[in-house]
Amino acid sequence: MNRVDFSVASQAGSTLATNKLIKNTYMLLSATLVFSAIMAAVSIAVQPSQTIAMVCLFGGMLIGMFVLPKTANSSAGLGVIFLITGLLGFALGPMLTQYLALPKGPQIVGTAFGGTGIIFLALSGYALTSKRDFSFMGGFLFAGMMVVMLALVANWFLEIPALGLALSAGIILLMSGLILFDTSRMVNGGETNYIHATFSLYLNIFNIFIHLLHILGVMSDD
Amino acid sequence: MEMWLKIIGAVIFGLIIVRMYPVAKHWMEHGPKAEKGDWQAAILPLLAVIGFVILLIAMVRM
Repeated sequence: MNRVDFSVASQAGSTLATNKLIKNTYMLLSATLVFSAIMAAVSIAVQPSQTIAMVCLFGGMLIGMFVLPKTANSSAGLGVIFLITGLLGFALGPMLTQYLALPKGPQIVGTAFGGTGIIFLALSGYALTSKRDFSFMGGFLFAGMMVVMLALVANWFLEIPALGLALSAGIILLMSGLILFDTSRMVNGGETNYIHATFSLYLNIFNIFIHLLHILGVMSDD
Repeated sequence: MEMWLKIIGAVIFGLIIVRMYPVAKHWMEHGPKAEKGDWQAAILPLLAVIGFVILLIAMVRM
C-alpha cells in the first residue's frame, strides 16, 4: 500500500515539475520575445550599420554557444539570455528597415510576424496536447541542421538567389520540426532547465521569422 | 555583406557545426527509434506549415 502511495506521489511530483517547467519556459520566452522586439524597434530608430548588426548577431550566437551553457543553472543565466535575445533583436534592425522601405513592406513584415506566431503556437500546442514523444526526430533534425548551415555559409560566398530561397524553405521546416522536438522534450522530461528550453524555442522562432520574411519578400511582387 | 564579416560568420558557423557534430552523432546512433505512426504524426503538422506558408505568400501577392 505504501509503495502504491509512493508511486502516486512520485508521479504527481513529476507532473508538477513538468507543469512548472512549461510555465516558466513560456513566461521567460514571452519576456525575451518582447525584449527582443523592443531592441529591434530601437535598432530601427537608431539605424546602425549592417556591420554593427552582424557583430551583434555573431556576438549573440557566441554568447549562446559558450556562456549560456555555463550560467544556465544559476540566476546569471537569466541576465545572459536577455543579453543574447537583446543582441539578436538589435541585429534585426537594418534588415527590417530594408523590408519596411518596400512598397508592401509593412504588410510583409506584419505577415511574417503574425505567421511566425501562428506557426509557433500551433506546433507547440500540438506537441503539448498530443503528449507524443517527438525525440525520434533528433538525429534527422540535427543532421539536417548541419547540412543546412554548411549550405548557408556556402551561399554567402556563392550568392545564388534560388539556393537562398530553397534554404529558407528548408530552415522553416527544420525549425518547425525543432519546435515539436523541443516542446515534446519538455513534456517528456528530456529537458529540465527552463533557460535552455527558452533559448532553444527562441532560436526556432527567430529563425522562422527571418526566413519567412525572406520568402515573403522575394515572393511578393516588390 | 563585407568579405571579412562573411569569413568571421563562416568561422562561427564552423564552430557551431563542430560542437553540434557529437550531438547529432549521438542522436543518430542512440536516439529513440520511431514507432508506428510517429512519422505520420510529425509530417502532418509540417505539411500544414507548408500549406500555411503558401497561404501567406498568396496573401502578400494579392
